[in-house]
Amino acid sequence: MSQDAVLTGSGDVAIQEGLGGVVGDWSADKQTFIVPWGKAMMWIFLLSDTFIFSCFLIGYMKVRISATDPWPIPSEVFALSFGGDPIPLILIAIMTFILITSSGTMAMAVNFGYRQDRKTTAVLMLITALLGASFVGMQAFEWTKLIVDEGVRPWSNPMGAAQFGSTFFMITGFHGLHVSCGVIYLLVVAKRVWTGFYDRKGTYETVEVAGLYWHFVDLVWVFIFAFFYLW
Amino acid sequence: MAYVAIADRPDELHHPHSFITKYVWSQDHKVIAIQYSIIAILVGLIALGLSFVMRLQLAFPDTFSFIDPSIYYQSVTMHGMIMVIYLLTALFLGGFGNYLIPLQLGARDMVFPYMNMLSVWVYLLSVIVLLASFFVPGGPTGAGWTLYPPQAILPGTPGTDWGILMMLLSLAIFIVAFTMGGLNYVTTVLQARTRGMTLMRMPLSVWGIFTATILGLLAFPALFVSAVMMSFDKLLGTSFFIPAVLSMGDVLETEGGSPVLFQHLFWFFGHPEVYIVALPAFGIVSDLLSVHARKNIFGYRMMVWAIVAIGGLSFIVWAHHMYVSGMNPYFGFFFATTTLIIAVPTAIKVYNWVLTLWKGDIHLTVPMLFAIGFIFTFINGGLTGLFLGNVVVDLPLSDTYFVVAHFHLVMGVSPVLVVCGAIYHWYPNITGRMLNDGMGKVHFWMTFIGTYCIYFPMYYLGILGLPRRYYSNGVTDFIPDSVSAVNIAITVSALIVGLAQLLFVLNLITSLRFGKKAEQNPWRATTLEWRTPEYPPGHGNWGPELPGVYRWAYDYSVPGAEKDFICQDEPPTEGQGA
Repeated sequence: MSQDAVLTGSGDVAIQEGLGGVVGDWSADKQTFIVPWGKAMMWIFLLSDTFIFSCFLIGYMKVRISATDPWPIPSEVFALSFGGDPIPLILIAIMTFILITSSGTMAMAVNFGYRQDRKTTAVLMLITALLGASFVGMQAFEWTKLIVDEGVRPWSNPMGAAQFGSTFFMITGFHGLHVSCGVIYLLVVAKRVWTGFYDRKGTYETVEVAGLYWHFVDLVWVFIFAFFYLW
Repeated sequence: MAYVAIADRPDELHHPHSFITKYVWSQDHKVIAIQYSIIAILVGLIALGLSFVMRLQLAFPDTFSFIDPSIYYQSVTMHGMIMVIYLLTALFLGGFGNYLIPLQLGARDMVFPYMNMLSVWVYLLSVIVLLASFFVPGGPTGAGWTLYPPQAILPGTPGTDWGILMMLLSLAIFIVAFTMGGLNYVTTVLQARTRGMTLMRMPLSVWGIFTATILGLLAFPALFVSAVMMSFDKLLGTSFFIPAVLSMGDVLETEGGSPVLFQHLFWFFGHPEVYIVALPAFGIVSDLLSVHARKNIFGYRMMVWAIVAIGGLSFIVWAHHMYVSGMNPYFGFFFATTTLIIAVPTAIKVYNWVLTLWKGDIHLTVPMLFAIGFIFTFINGGLTGLFLGNVVVDLPLSDTYFVVAHFHLVMGVSPVLVVCGAIYHWYPNITGRMLNDGMGKVHFWMTFIGTYCIYFPMYYLGILGLPRRYYSNGVTDFIPDSVSAVNIAITVSALIVGLAQLLFVLNLITSLRFGKKAEQNPWRATTLEWRTPEYPPGHGNWGPELPGVYRWAYDYSVPGAEKDFICQDEPPTEGQGA
């Protein structure tokens, strides 16, 4: 019996079919996931972060159900008028469109990264970061409008249940913080791409890891959009 | 199936150059483990001191003028929080996790050493914020370690000005520190095992720590979210958790909040937290029993699946802490059922420990004494959990000393016994010297018998209906005079157990200098941490080449073998399977 066969544990063992094969694969002595360490760690972090956002959203649902005052109608609160009749949720629609577009440019950046195309990758990441920054800017506009024009505060608001403002500022604030961190993260990685750091390292895997985070933040927004604005 | 080489990158190790980079800003997992352990043990000693404040007041009411109700409640709160989170979680995962995972798996370090280093320093920051709350106006929070609102943030409870905010801030910082460390532990276990170290060949210590870390990564978010919400309630005047309420004669402006929401969030964290503390203890004790009984662990696979099953179930039992909270009564049925189901894998583990001892060549070394002591204590604490898990039995026992006795035995004393046993076991590996045996035995017997003297009478007090957390019992019909005699006996026992821990600390310090020099592998164990080329293990753990693993961790007393143990990295010879 050759040493390698004993060591890998797979040389003399027939690969099982079906579920047994999955278990055998996972518990083998190789890396459980055939990905770089950083990518595996990002996946695990995102799983943990998913629980944070789930707790926020479930907490919000519970608070909304148990609030004693009527809940304001989101499509009326989040309406914007361009001279004519107010258009419901128009700003949110634009923000959502921008964020999803930024996921597209991020995916392209990852693609060009794997082709070792230094310049295009950096430019696409920069565009992604700019789209993210404009999202945060619109969020700031939205917050200002709510606070200054409509008198919504975390502790009260003129439209109904106080918890409307509390959950809104908390959840969109926490998400906005994620986007802002993501923008900084993307800029740092983009700079390293631009200066050729990853060319010297020989791999652009960090671009993909940053991309994972960005897509996650994007996905979370879809849930916030659905549960907060559309409900 | 292509074989994927396990990354071995000695070039990415950060070699220390000076005292500072070697012992202070170190990226070596072993130094980080020791830093974690020292901070945790020091803060744990503070929590031990706080428990004496409580015990002195309960045994001798109206004697110590410095213990007023505020001090008493602050001691209760800080004792609980420190012991559960800042001592046990940090020591098991930050301390033992950091030390054992790379060494037992044959890795050179954690996968991201720099983040690992950040983890311990952020942990220290959280401890500093926590301890700073003793010195702010109003003192630390006295809300009880569960921090239930509304009382945690409304006037009347001690520490509602600053203390509660410091506590929430400290918890948030701790969660950041834990996340940085925890991501490392999980990724290292999954990705950086050496050749031949399959998941089903890992020592159970690593299995326990690994599963507990996953629980932590998924449970701490709930605590984080509740901390954010509660600090908003306190700082901004939101009402997530505060309903319309009359506080000190004033109607507050808040309305519509849900205190039960906090309890759900808290216990969604709080129950897995019990297993974050217990699972590493289960794993480590399995290894101690096997090594010192010179026998393979009974039912290794079942032990692994039991750890995983307990970890999974621990996420769907949380509301058994809330039977009296006013939640929907039908919930009680569901959560009582899941709670009792979790007893099945736990019982499997206990049976397997006992069967490991059965007909083993038991060496009553100090680690073994602690391991066997753990089995007794865990059974005693665990069986009373069956009483509390049933709604109808829980209702009269809820918030009595019965509960205090139950959780202290099951998740206080039991894990601490394992911690002590594990330190006696691995101290030679860390320092190259043995701990003093005589002092160790005195420490064990004083701790083991002493804790029974503390907690067994509490079951009796609880069945009498004596409520927990009361500053003073006063004169009540259902509390007989004998209660105060029992309380005095408990306090005396507690003081003696406290002394025994000082003896342990003394042993730890003096043995560093005067301990007997340990030979490599003094316990004749099979696991990799005893097989390093340098002893104690040096930076990078292994020489030029990583060890290869050929067998599971429990080849003790193999028939036909020349020694009574075969190390994991010994290749199979003729006539004997791998």
